Order: sequence, then structure tokens, then C-alpha cells
Amino acid sequence: MTSWAPHTPAEIDEMLAFIGVSSLDELFRAVPASLRLATGLSIPDGIGEPDLMAYFQELAAANAPIGRDLVCFAGGGAYDHEVPAVTKALASRSEFVTAYTPYQAEVAQGVLQALFEYQTMVARLAGLEVANASLYDGAHALVEAVNLAVAATGRSAVWVSEGVNPRWRENLITIARARSESHVIHIVPLEQGVGVTSWSTRESSADATSEPPAAIVVANPNFLGCLEDMERASALASAHGAELIVAFDPITAGIIESPGSAGASVAVGEGQALGAPLSFGGPYLGLFACSMEHVRRIPGRIVGQTVDVDSRTAYVTTLRAREQDIRRERASSNVCTNETLLAIGAAVQMAWLGTSGLAEIALRSARGARYCREALLGIPGVRLAATAPTVREFAVCAPVSGEVIVDRMLDEGFLAGVALTREIAPQGFEGGLLVAVTERRTRAEIDAFAAAFEKAVSL
Amino acid sequence: MRDQRSSFERAPAGGRASSAPVLSKGDEPTIFELSVPSRTSWSLRNTNIPEYPLEELVPAEHLRSTPPDLAEVSERDLVAHFTRLSQRQYSVDTGAYPLGSCTMKYNPKVCDAIAALSGLADVHPASPPSCTQGWLRLFVELEEVLCEITGMAAVTMQPAAGAAGELTGLLLMRAWHESLSSRRHRVIIPDSAHGTNPASVALAGYEVTTVASDSRGCVDLERLREVLDDDVAGIMLTNPNTLGLFEEDIIDIAAAAHDVGALLYYDGANLNAILGVTRPGDMGFDIVHLNLHKTFATPHGGGGPGAGPVAVSERLVEFLPGPRPVRLLEPVGRQVAPLPHTAGPDSAALATRDSLPSAGPDGTNGQTSHGYREGDRFGWSTPERSIGRMHSWHGNALVLARAYAYILANGADGLRRVADMAVLNANWLRKRLRGVYDMPYDRPVMHELVVSAARLRKLYGVKAVDVAKRLLEEGFHSPTVAFPLIVDDALMIEPTETESPQTVAALAEAMERIAAEVAEDNGAHDARLAPRTTPVGRVDEALAARKLVPTWDLRERQQTAG
Ligand SMILES: Cc1ncc(COP(=O)(O)O)c(C=O)c1O
Repeated sequence: MTSWAPHTPAEIDEMLAFIGVSSLDELFRAVPASLRLATGLSIPDGIGEPDLMAYFQELAAANAPIGRDLVCFAGGGAYDHEVPAVTKALASRSEFVTAYTPYQAEVAQGVLQALFEYQTMVARLAGLEVANASLYDGAHALVEAVNLAVAATGRSAVWVSEGVNPRWRENLITIARARSESHVIHIVPLEQGVGVTSWSTRESSADATSEPPAAIVVANPNFLGCLEDMERASALASAHGAELIVAFDPITAGIIESPGSAGASVAVGEGQALGAPLSFGGPYLGLFACSMEHVRRIPGRIVGQTVDVDSRTAYVTTLRAREQDIRRERASSNVCTNETLLAIGAAVQMAWLGTSGLAEIALRSARGARYCREALLGIPGVRLAATAPTVREFAVCAPVSGEVIVDRMLDEGFLAGVALTREIAPQGFEGGLLVAVTERRTRAEIDAFAAAFEKAVSL
Repeated sequence: MRDQRSSFERAPAGGRASSAPVLSKGDEPTIFELSVPSRTSWSLRNTNIPEYPLEELVPAEHLRSTPPDLAEVSERDLVAHFTRLSQRQYSVDTGAYPLGSCTMKYNPKVCDAIAALSGLADVHPASPPSCTQGWLRLFVELEEVLCEITGMAAVTMQPAAGAAGELTGLLLMRAWHESLSSRRHRVIIPDSAHGTNPASVALAGYEVTTVASDSRGCVDLERLREVLDDDVAGIMLTNPNTLGLFEEDIIDIAAAAHDVGALLYYDGANLNAILGVTRPGDMGFDIVHLNLHKTFATPHGGGGPGAGPVAVSERLVEFLPGPRPVRLLEPVGRQVAPLPHTAGPDSAALATRDSLPSAGPDGTNGQTSHGYREGDRFGWSTPERSIGRMHSWHGNALVLARAYAYILANGADGLRRVADMAVLNANWLRKRLRGVYDMPYDRPVMHELVVSAARLRKLYGVKAVDVAKRLLEEGFHSPTVAFPLIVDDALMIEPTETESPQTVAALAEAMERIAAEVAEDNGAHDARLAPRTTPVGRVDEALAARKLVPTWDLRERQQTAG
């Protein structure tokens, strides 16, 4: 057995005597005898560190990670961007890693100030005034944004572009189903072959005017990588007096118009690309920013600057009256534990990239994607599934399905993309393949990828 | 005389020097104050990709006029800044953290090393199952041990924290009642419950009915029966409860809930106390969330990430979020083709439980009654009546890996020792502090105890929060303050099993010293001024709320506005 409890047998005896009981079992006398496990848990006894490590190495060897086994052309909400040693080193400082939520501000200035800097940078990326201290992931940020809009407007209809990440939409619908009176989700399809939201299909529906929406939700770039007509989305939101919620991407934000300047009152996003490894999908980082008018409805924690008794600058979690521990069933959200460590890592990553670096990786990703797209479109039978402008990610169709392409290219050492299977594809885009190219893909890798792709689609 | 200084010495803003005396009380400048235009630290791969101009790549109407202004610092200054910030932060690795309800035990380093293995950390979540057999096995094996630990039938790994687990559990509760065409509106929670419980109830579309605790600090069974009827969807409890007391009537509570068709929900925040001693499933709970970042020692990261898996009894399995990692079933006595990369399990003559007609296990060693048996290969399966999805991907995988490592390292014997030592520490501390602080519910506790500073407030005007701040000066993180709400001036103390008897004794001494001091001449005064030895003194929370400064830009704007 490995035990991290330090007590020696002699100490245990002494403590039991001090308490006035004769055995450890007696400490549990409040547990009815009929509920006690007679022979303990039916799992193996503990093992030591070397055996533990060996077992997990075995598990790890049964996976095909990016870098060691596969070159990554997959995105779909999880991207292979550069994570430098400095981000890994600072985000694994054990003072950050092993702290709890900063309830005692006087001994938590490190986490609090890092979050203040994170909030500032996220607000700047989003082009909005405030950001919170993080949510679980992109899907969670979307759910909270919709809850905010419903509460702020007192309306129930929500128009959600089918270009929003399908897994996030599924999470939203899972939760909305339980509150069918206050949350009526309408999914607005994408224009076939083009890939941007076809708002007119919703506008012309019978209930569009009788039941004006609480929010218009659009992703830019969307799940197919396409840039949306933000003027159109914003005009639509204004015309209906609805909140505009934009799901944005923190990397392409280096060159693309920000949600705020496009008219959004709430911006949400997945922050994994800001310094977190692919991690088989978690822990990731929910980005959430909004305009000042909604600050009292923000879900989760916000750090504010203030002073201490001696008027020195200090930081503290603030507007606490919104939160579950004080407001209970009337809280703006139930979130308690969030993703602070990922937020600190993102702050380090954003500072490491800096103003020029973020724009640079966005630009380099766009260049790589262009180069890759041209190479793939040169292959007979391959065409774009969506023709709207893209940045880092694009969707193609080929004579064989995306699933088959991914399957065949694994043996060539590529994770070729995210297959647009029936479960996740926006209507009309089934069978395609979503290809993402980050600043980490070299020309040589893309050339080899295109060659393998040609083989995979012609077999 | 001419100013001989270089322009960077005279610069009015930006580019603050980045150095600080050891352990000073001085301010740490923000990263924005260290920033100097066009300073950089990024370094990227040489890719040889043609340098298409931006205008050719993205139509002008989509472009941002200027890139977002982030900090512009050298790597050296970046490292210095965040290292200094880390030195202004208390943590488990720094010292004892008896923050009640949060189970701030030591986080083993080996678990971090495991989570950093490239074969785990660098796997893309959309990879086909043939590329993720190690991860899928890890999920399934973790599910199996969590089932054993909780006494439940199945577990979803999707919820990212305790509160997300609560919401998931309540949605499962709703799906169950709806499947019986039963419309229920209320969920009962005790007045000692954590704030996330009522908040999650509201998010799940239910109304909260609060039931007062009895004089012994437990659920009042009579009052509970009064509010229980067929409009009640469920009861949410934690056991031991937030006072650290075991709900001795739990069997009767479960029976009362089930008699009216309600389900019993277990908030797993306090599971640490009963590991290997008893199980929520045996007590009659139908839904259980676990806080892996508490009980199973995954580090809390200054506020997260966590993981809040939800375990359910057999009758709720078909509603679990999907897709779920599963062991694939192999036809008995038939040759099985190698696992295809992406295609469904059927093409290799494999199946999942959900794909076979009502294929329940017949009890013997993973055999099923349809000529299939559980094999050593893994895939995904979505339960027929799944409530849907509760995470962008599959759950907080790297947190799950750490927790599984912790469980395997401890094993059955080690987990029981966890509960034993946690309860031993708490009861020793209780005995030591009796008579020093009020104990509103004065009986043996499980893993934590709640004391009250109400007497100090009445006599000397010293509140629980003052005691907490004084403890910071004594070198301890403070206990949880003002929770549970049913105790005036509550201090909730959870030593955890990883603190040595010496450390627990030092904590007791510090708390005794503070109480004694307060009763002396100037002690009350001192407590109200605490903490004075921390990087900053007591922080003005009211000002933070009144004059909200959530970003550096709003600060700048307010300063120019005067
Ligand atoms: C009793 C109790 N329930 C629920 C929670 C919520 O868990 P989490 O912070 O993981 O969302 C907590 C956490 O503080 C708790 O102490």
C-alpha cells in the first residue's frame, strides 16, 4: 500500500487514547452496523510509485498521441498550437497548482492578480469590457451565455446557428430540455455549399415575430471554419432587440474582427488553444466576456482590483452576491470550481505571444491552411464542402467519406481531421472532413499529408 | 544640467523594471506595466510555408483593424513576474490548508507526472477509438473502481466539477420521472446544504424546498416526512453532512424518499470520511456525484480544474450522458477481426451492451446471455435514452487520470486508511478545541468539525472572519468561514489525513492562542487588524464591489476620469 497519511502506529494509539476510544473502528460508531462494509472494498490493495508509473505508461502506450505517433490536422474545437516550455513551467508552479479557490484574499494575491490579468486579456481579445475568471469549457460558456440572455431579456426563444460547435449545442439542448418554458432553442441551418448561417429561414418562420428571440447565437469562425456575415447577425439582433452572443476563437482573434466590435454583448469561446495540451478533451477553458451592462449577471467568479487596509493595491473576488454560496437558488449560475489553473496558463501564454505573437500565429495558421487547401483541392474528386472564406480550418468532400479518410490516413501517421459524421455534421455537410492547420504544420508535413490524402481518396 | 538618462529610464509609462526584494510587501506590477511596445518573447517553428499576404487570405470586412493589445514582455520578465506572483500565494504545498468541505489534502506528485505523459496529454479528443484504447481503458477501469467505492452501477465521467455533477444528476432525476410520466416540481435540501445544491436545483427547473436540521444537526425525519409527497422529485443530501456528522437515520430517510417515488441524491463532497467504511449505494442513494479534486487528491489549481463524475443505480443507467466509454462485447467462440480505426464496433463482430437487445450481464464474470462476453477492447456507446451531453468532449480527462492513479496507489487498504486518518485527525482536534470554541453540535464527528466563534463576537466583537485572518498570521490557511449557514460565526475545519499529528497539534495551539489572546486586553484589537504578515493586509471587499475594477483597462479609464 502507498499511503500519504503520515501517522505512525504509536501516534495513532496516542491519538485514540486522547479521544477516548479504543480503536479506529470505534470512530465510525455513528455508521449503522448494517451499512458497514464487512470486508472492505473489493479492489486490489495499493501499489508503489514505480509499479504505478509502469501501469500508466502501458496505458499511455496504447494511445496514439500527437507528436509521437500522429501529425495533427484535426481541430473541431481542440487545436495543436505551440505550447512553449515557459507556459508549462509557470502553469505548473505548485503554489498555483495546489491552491484552492482564493477565499482568503490576503494569502491568494498570486492567483487573484493572475486572474485579473487573464480577465483583462480575454476582454481585449473579445473586444468587450469584462471577462470572468473562467468556466469549464466552450460548451459550458455557451450554456451560461444563453442563461444570461434569457434572464436579461425575460424572453425564451433562442436562435442558435447550426455553425456553433455541435457538441456545445448538444450540451445546451440537454440543459434547455429541463427548462422548456424558459428555454426554447431554434437551430438555424447553414446555407448549403456555402457554410454560413441562413438566417432568412428562421426569419420567415411563423413564430419569428410573435416570439422575438432573447439571443442570436453565432460562431465566428463557425464549426466548418467559415467566417460569418457578422453585420447580418448583428443587424438581426438589433432588429429584434436580442442579445448577440458570439462564439469566438482566441487564436483567430489575432486577426479577425472581435465579437465586441461586431456588436456582440456576450462572447464565449474555448480557450484550450491558449497553452493547454490536447488532453483528450479536458480540462479545457471556458472563455466568457460581456459588456458592462451585464456585469451583475455574469456567471462564476470575477476578480476586482481594490486596496488593503494600508491602501496598497490588492485583488479580491467581487460581486459575490451573484454567486451560489450567497444567493443559493437565485444565483446567476451554480458554478463553483472553475478552470483557474488553465486561465493562469492562458494568461502566461497570451503574455508570451504578446500583441505581435498572437497575430503572427493566426496569420501563420491561415497561411498553412491556404497552402494545405490548395494542395488538397488539386487532388481529383476533392472539393470544398463550404465555399465561404475561412482562416485556420476548412471542410472538404471527397469520393470517400471523412471517416474513411481518417481511418486510412492513420497508418500513414496523420490524424487527417475531424470526420463530419451524422452525429456532428451540420445538415447537408455529412460525409465531409474538417481539416485544421495550425502554425505548427510545416510545408513538408503538408506536402506529405496531401500525398497520403490522394492515396486515401483514390483507393 | 542636461538629463543624461536614456529615454527608457525616463519613460513615464510601461516598461517597469522587473525585480523585487525577497519576500517584500511591495506591490507586484501588472504584466501590462512591465510591457514595452515591440518587445517579444514568442518563438515558433520554421515552416517554409509561402508568406501569403493577409489581404489575400481573409477578406477585408472580416479583419480586425489592429491586433488585440496583449502584454509585450521578454521571457525573462514574464518568468520573474509569474514566479513572484506564485510567491504571493498560499497552497497545500506551502502548508496546512484546513478549509472545511474542500478536502485540501496533499496532492501526490506521481499523479501529476502521470498526467503529463505524452501518451495521455497529447491525445486529440476526436481521435478514433483505435488511437485511444489506453484512454478508453482508463475511463472504463476508473468507472469500475468508482462503482465499487460508491456501491453504484455505472458512472459518467463528463461533469467537469461538483456543481456540474449536481446538474447532471438532477437532469437524470428529471429524465427518470418523465419516463414514468410523472411530473414533479420540488427537490428537498437541508438548510445545511452547500450553495451549489439549491443553485443546481433551480437550473434543472425544479423548486427548492428547504428542510431545517434538528437539534442534533441532522435531517429532521419528522419534518422531512411532512414536506415529502408525490410532487417531490428527490432529496439532495451529503453524508456525512456539512457539519461533519453522519446522518444516522439515513436508512429511514431513504425509505421515506422511495415511498413517495422520490430519488435520493448524494453530494459526494464529503466522501473522504467513509472510503471503504460504507457506501452511498448501500445507504439507498440513487445518484452520487464525486469531487475527484477533493476525495481523490487531484490538485485544485487555485479554483479548478476539478472533475465531478456522477454514479447512478441500475435503473438510471439508460439515461446517462453519452457517448460513454465501454468495454466492447465479443461473440463467444468466434474469431474477432482487428479493431477498425473508425467504423462502428459491428464491423469487427463486436457489440456494445446498448446494441444488443436488452443485454444485461447475467452475473458471471462479464458473460452475457446473448453469446457475447466482455473483451479487452474499448469503444463508445450512447445509452438509448441518454439525457445528452454535459461536456465539450469526454470529461476532464487529465483530472480523471490523476484520480485513477491515486486510487490504484492507495488500493483498498490505503483508501480505508485515508478515511481512518481523516476521521482520527478531526476527532483529535475536536477534543482539543472543546471548551476553547463553542461546538453547537457537540458529538463525535467524521472528517471535519464546525466550531462557532459566536461567543467571541458577543463578548469581544471578534468575528469568525477575524479568527480566520489571525490564523493566516500563524502560518495556517484558515478554515471555511460562514458555512454552513445554520451555525453562527462558523469555522469549518477539515484537517485531512495527510497532516501529521504534529501539524494538527500546531493548528490546535494556534487556535487556542488566538482565543486566549482575544480575551486579553488588546487581543480583540489585534484580531481585527489581522493579517499583518501577509503580502497584503486585510482587503477592502466593499470597495471592490462598489467601484468595480475587473480589468486593467477599466482601471486606466477610471483613473483618467479622476
Ligand atoms: C458540500 C459541497 N457540495 C458541492 C460543492 C461543489 O463542488 P465544485 O466546487 O466541485 O463544483 C462543494 C465545493 O465546495 C461542497 O463543499
